[in-house]
Formats: sequence, structure tokens, C-alpha cells
Amino acid sequence: MPVEIDIAHVARLARLGLSDEEMEHYRTQLGVILEHAARVQELEGEPSVSVSHPLGLTNAFRPDEVGDSLDRDEVLAQAPDAADGYFVAPPALES
Amino acid sequence: MARLSLAQAARDLRDGGVTSVELLEAALKVASDTEAQVHAYLTIDRDGARASAEQADRDFAKGVDNCVMQGIPAALKDNMATRRLETSASSQILAGYRPPYDATVVRRLRDQGAVIVGKTNLDEFAMGSSTENSAFGPTYNPWDIDRIPGGSSGGSAAAVAAGSAMVALGSDTGGSIRQPASLTGVVGVKPTYGTVSRYGLIAFASSLDQIGPLALDVEDAALALGAIWGHDPLDATSYPGPYPNTVERLDAGVAGLRVGVVDELGGDGYEPDVETQVSEMVESLTEEGAEVVRVSLPTFDIALSAYYLIAPAECSANLARFDGIRYGLRSDGATAEEMMSRTRAEGFGPEVTRRILLGTYALSAGYYDAFYGQAQRVRSAIRDDFARAYEKVDVLVSPTSPTVAFEAGARTADPLAMYLSDICTIPSNLSGDPAVSVPIGLDSQGLPIGFQVMAPALAEPLMFQVASAVESIAGFESEPDLALVAS
Repeated sequence: MPVEIDIAHVARLARLGLSDEEMEHYRTQLGVILEHAARVQELEGEPSVSVSHPLGLTNAFRPDEVGDSLDRDEVLAQAPDAADGYFVAPPALES
Repeated sequence: MARLSLAQAARDLRDGGVTSVELLEAALKVASDTEAQVHAYLTIDRDGARASAEQADRDFAKGVDNCVMQGIPAALKDNMATRRLETSASSQILAGYRPPYDATVVRRLRDQGAVIVGKTNLDEFAMGSSTENSAFGPTYNPWDIDRIPGGSSGGSAAAVAAGSAMVALGSDTGGSIRQPASLTGVVGVKPTYGTVSRYGLIAFASSLDQIGPLALDVEDAALALGAIWGHDPLDATSYPGPYPNTVERLDAGVAGLRVGVVDELGGDGYEPDVETQVSEMVESLTEEGAEVVRVSLPTFDIALSAYYLIAPAECSANLARFDGIRYGLRSDGATAEEMMSRTRAEGFGPEVTRRILLGTYALSAGYYDAFYGQAQRVRSAIRDDFARAYEKVDVLVSPTSPTVAFEAGARTADPLAMYLSDICTIPSNLSGDPAVSVPIGLDSQGLPIGFQVMAPALAEPLMFQVASAVESIAGFESEPDLALVAS
């Protein structure tokens, strides 16, 4: 059975400003995909301990040495809006 | 003109039989003749490539010889950052983006003197199996222009198949190198996770993403992998070494090797021609002295389900960075949240939106354990299954894809049908182990069929050994008829 999801809540969490029609479209599709994905619950037995890296690497650090950083002007040139060496964005809080 | 292998070109460059500029001009000529129909590239960097080719020729003349890649025309999937050269990952949200740095693989290729022809098309952010999810239009298969080349590295596969690049890099998160290689009759390699740096690869699912080469034959793919892999301090998941020699066992044959045929990768949904030719290849390996056994890996039946929770979950986190502030598209909005929500809704295509929603749901409060947590347990169980299999066999084999190249539009309306394209390739991403697709023949419609060889972590020399034997047995020398796709 397709999985029922609160699509408006999920879209808000994902910061996706979808229309009502789009939300209904994705709600239906995701329900079908999640029905298939729920097959993970068919797993029998308990697997060995989960590892985060297939080669077992942990805590990889590189030497703490000062190196060249990216060119600031080149970085800011890619921004939609920048001024005085800063990114410019709309206010995070409503006034 | 027959397509030239990288290995042959490398020899010709060194004995003066050809120049890098000539190789590049031949590749550009193919691109000029075929791109209007194939659309393998998003960007062709003619000027940059000519400068690199001239430099390579000057270096050869001076006796400077850095690497097998020196002077070789190579293409890069457009999710790898190239400094000052547009890198969009086929997304509107990054249209026009010019990275301020090179990915490590790009840096390596440039330092080795490779000639970067251009950036190839992909499914947006590497999410798809047909290259139809590109915001800049699909790529078509050089073997049949009405069909897709597979994906998501469809542009890289089509470029190598057509001959507009001698080798190309792709990225493989669930099969995105191997499946398009299979559908276009070329060799595609997903190396062991952690062996090729992901620094500068636009992230999709970081625990699964791996860069690898697509090339005309097994030797070329092994040479290219040897050139790009190695430890990178800029990637915390990078394997420190030692790294084996990728080409040392290419001629060793399969006598005495134990080859496992995966029971779960066949049957319903598999094309009869694919199953027949894969079975015939297995039979031939027996005749060459391999010991073939059937292996059952029951968790493979739920690998796809686990993948479509883990990959979207990681994608939903990785793609949070596209917020309209530092680069790419920005839509109007009175507040930061309104701006972000509009930017993301307008900038992401439908498949990327679908996966972000899916991943966000799978990670959200109340559903995490049932979906994401359980998917991680399945992932561990798949690794256990592989480990048990490798106690009994040296390598595992299967079809690369259940079908040959399908017609454009055939699966776009049904996401689940598209996802099933990767059913044979996903287990190796979940385990982190290497796998390669080798072309073994054409089906009754004249479309290529790929054979997959899977091996334990860091056993690339063994994987290439078997792949090379498969290639010799198959004697696959067919090429797409470019006269049919020339504009």
C-alpha cells in the first residue's frame, strides 16, 4: 500500500516552495516509491556492525598547515549579490 | 576512421607517429559531425584544449614525459569542478557557474598533460539512468539516435563511443558509469570507494559517489584509473595506500580462478538476449579454465530499496548548499527563507526535487528508524553477503544492465521503472567494492550488451584480469555507425 506522507511539512523542511499541484504530484509519486523502499523491513537476521567507510578508515586528518585559500574576488564573482567583500542576502528574520 | 585506443595513441605519441594536436583535431572533428544529434557535451573548450595539446607536443619534443595521459584528449562529466570553465552539473540552479578551483582529478589530469576537450552532459546532479534529466536537453545514443545512452554519465559514455574523446571520467553512485558504458558498448569502471578523490566532485550521495573512467577497452580503462587514483589530503575518505598496479595482470587469464554467478541478478525483467549472451560468456570462462559456481546473495533483492532511501537521504543534505547565496541562481524573496524556497523550487528539476523530498522524509522525525536506519542495516547485510561470497569465489559476475539501451521517453513517466535500470550495479556502491562493465556483444537489434565483473575492495588488478579475459573471449570490435548520426 502506498505510504501516506505530509508533503507540505516535508517540502517546508526541504525549503522547496512548491505549488499545490506540484505537492499533490510528488505526494502520489513518493507514496509509490516509499512502498517499494519499505521492503528494507523484510531484512531477516541482524547484520554485523555497521561501518561508515568500506575500507574502515576513521579520523582522517591532514596536517594543520597554512595553505593558499581560494581567491576572494573570484569566489564572490560567482555570487548572485556581493558587496565590500561580503555575500549579500535577504534578511534571515522578518522585520 | 577506426577509433584509436588510448594505449595505442600513447605509443604513437611517443614514437612520433601522431601528435597531440592531431588527436585533438580528430576528436573535435567527430564532435563537429555528431554533436548536433548526440549532444554528449555541455561545453567544448576548443581553445583550452588546443593550448594543452600544443603544450603536450612541446613537452614530448623536449623529452618531458609525465604520464600515459600526456597529450590524450579526455572529457569530464560536468559535475567535476573545472576552474573558470562552466560547471553546472546539468542543473539550472548552477547555470553559468565558473568554479574558483579545480577538482583533484582535474588537477591531476592537467598536471599529467591530458587534453581536456570539454564537459559532458549528465542527469541533473547525477540523478538518473538515461541522461534525460539534464536541464540542458538529453544525450542520445550513438548506436541508435532514438535511444538514450544510459546515465547518469551518459555524455561521457556517448563521447567515448562516438570518438569525440579517447577517455572520459564519470561518477558512479548507483551505476552511473557502468550502466551507460553497457548501453554504449564501452568499458566503465567504478573503483573501490575512497581510491579516487571526490574533492571538487559536486556531491550527490557522499558515502556512495565514486569517480572512475570510461574508455574503449579494458587496458585503456585500467591505464586511466592508474593515472587518476591515489591519496588526496583534501578528501577525508581518501584511501592512503598502498595502491596496486592496475595493468600488471591484464594478460594473466582466468585459469584456476573461481567465478561466482549471482543468482539474484537475472530472471524476470531481464532481456532474453542479455541473459543468453551473459550465460554464453560464463560458459566460455569455464572453457578457459575458470571454476564457475552459482552464488546466492539474498540481500540483493532489497538492495534497490535500501539505495533509494540512503542516496536520497544523503542528497537531501548535500543539496542544502544550493541556497541562492554563494553561487548559482537566486529568485526574489523578502526573507532568506522565501528566497531559498523559491530559488530551489525554480532551480531544481523534477527528479532532483523528488529525491530531495524522499530523503528529507526518510530522515525526518518519526520515520528515521523505519526507513533510513533500516536501510543502513540492509547495507551492512549486503556487505556481509559479499564477504561470505568472497570466501568461496574470487570475483562475481552478472549482466551490467537488465536491458539494452531503451528508447528516449520510455521510462520518464515512471520513476520506479527508471530506478530498476540500476538493479545490477547498486550492490557494489552499497558495499564500496569495485566493479567494471565490459561490452560482450550486440543484441538482435544491434545494441550493445555489457557484462559486469565485481571484485573485493582494492582487488582492481584481479577485476581487470578477469575483465580482460572476458574482452578477449568476446572479441567485441563493433562500432556505432557514425554516418547515421552525422548531421
